[in-house]
Amino acid sequence: MASDVTCSESLAARAPDRLAPSVLDIDCAAESARIAARLAEIVGRVLRRRGVVVAVSGGIDSSVCAALAAKAFGRERVLALLLPEHDSSSDSTRLGRLVAEHLGLEHHIEDIGPALEAIGCYRWRDEAIRRLFPAYGPGWRSKIIIAGAQGGLTYFKLVVQSPAGEMREERMGAQECLQVVAATNFKQRLRKTLEYFHADRLNYAVIGTPNRLEYDQGFFVKNGDGSADVKPIAHLYKTQVYALARHLGLPAEVCNARPTTDTYSLPQGQDEFYFGLPWDKMDLALWGLNHGASAAVLGRAIGLPEAQAERVYADIRAKRRATTYLHLAPQLITPL
Amino acid sequence: MEAIKPQLEQEAIKAQVRQYIAANFLMGANAAELGDDDSFMGQNVIDSAGVLELIAYLEQTYGIKVDEDEMTADNLDSLNGVGRYLQRKLGGARA
Repeated sequence: MASDVTCSESLAARAPDRLAPSVLDIDCAAESARIAARLAEIVGRVLRRRGVVVAVSGGIDSSVCAALAAKAFGRERVLALLLPEHDSSSDSTRLGRLVAEHLGLEHHIEDIGPALEAIGCYRWRDEAIRRLFPAYGPGWRSKIIIAGAQGGLTYFKLVVQSPAGEMREERMGAQECLQVVAATNFKQRLRKTLEYFHADRLNYAVIGTPNRLEYDQGFFVKNGDGSADVKPIAHLYKTQVYALARHLGLPAEVCNARPTTDTYSLPQGQDEFYFGLPWDKMDLALWGLNHGASAAVLGRAIGLPEAQAERVYADIRAKRRATTYLHLAPQLITPL
Repeated sequence: MEAIKPQLEQEAIKAQVRQYIAANFLMGANAAELGDDDSFMGQNVIDSAGVLELIAYLEQTYGIKVDEDEMTADNLDSLNGVGRYLQRKLGGARA
């Protein structure tokens, strides 16, 4: 796989004049062998742990991570956790279990809904939602969607569905938006707490499952799903993760599933929550930006006018800036 | 004199917004370094959550409602942009 270049001079010299999905082609056999070997080396020699814990959501990323872990350590040294809560799709648990059983992994299912209730996750979230929709309560469902990403400034809308099925949406103010996100972040953080509990009791390391798009664009919760000891697919574009999934023989249902956040009670695609474009186009845009492809070249590849493609690049850069804080370790007053 | 008045209003608005940004986003850094045409986002002064906070401030302070089609960089991503936008908005509201 080509490494990304960072020197602007090199970018200008090597800027591609054409962008096609084939730029993301990888040798799946070689790449999965390389990752498995590095995983074993990192966990065994650097982290000095005896195996790994991986939380499986039924999605493509965690499924591929589980499969790579099984390849690296053998199925007896991998613990899979399924951690549903009140808003999880029943499909997530079903697919997560399917993957764990397919790989022959020991797996635990732990419903974190009661713990989230106790800590106030749903109460804080619903209180913020009721500022916009006072009738919101039991039987209602909700999600956040991104708006205005192409052309205007990015902002978020809250979408609710009443028990009768009526859909309504409203632009979120700063306080409501921050509170809903802060409350739902409890989900990822509580999951990580459980992952580390099991890792500690088994002397295992914790796997983080972001793909390159998520890692680069800061699509994770700090000290939640962003926390881990090793992240085996953070260098892979989503397209490449799908290719690995097929190569590793994961169930077709997992390989064909649409990426969702599985965090809100209404079904929510990652593209409508965060990225603004479907993942295959985001992959090309990120690759194009990393390799110096012009907005005109990107536009031709993903079917957008040049000006709009330029805004896609601007949005990627803006998200990198805005999420820098998520990647930072605690800052010291005096470097040690 | 009439032609000067809107210009003065715009400068007053910009000064007020500059003060708000200095207090809430720059955390003690020198607000004078922020140019009137500098992009808030481009200069890393505010991010997307900051835009929402800025909108909430403008709505509360000036008694307006920022419509979705007004949420553009031209209107909200620089001191000059905010000044022009508010002047238009307030002028329209009074008309």
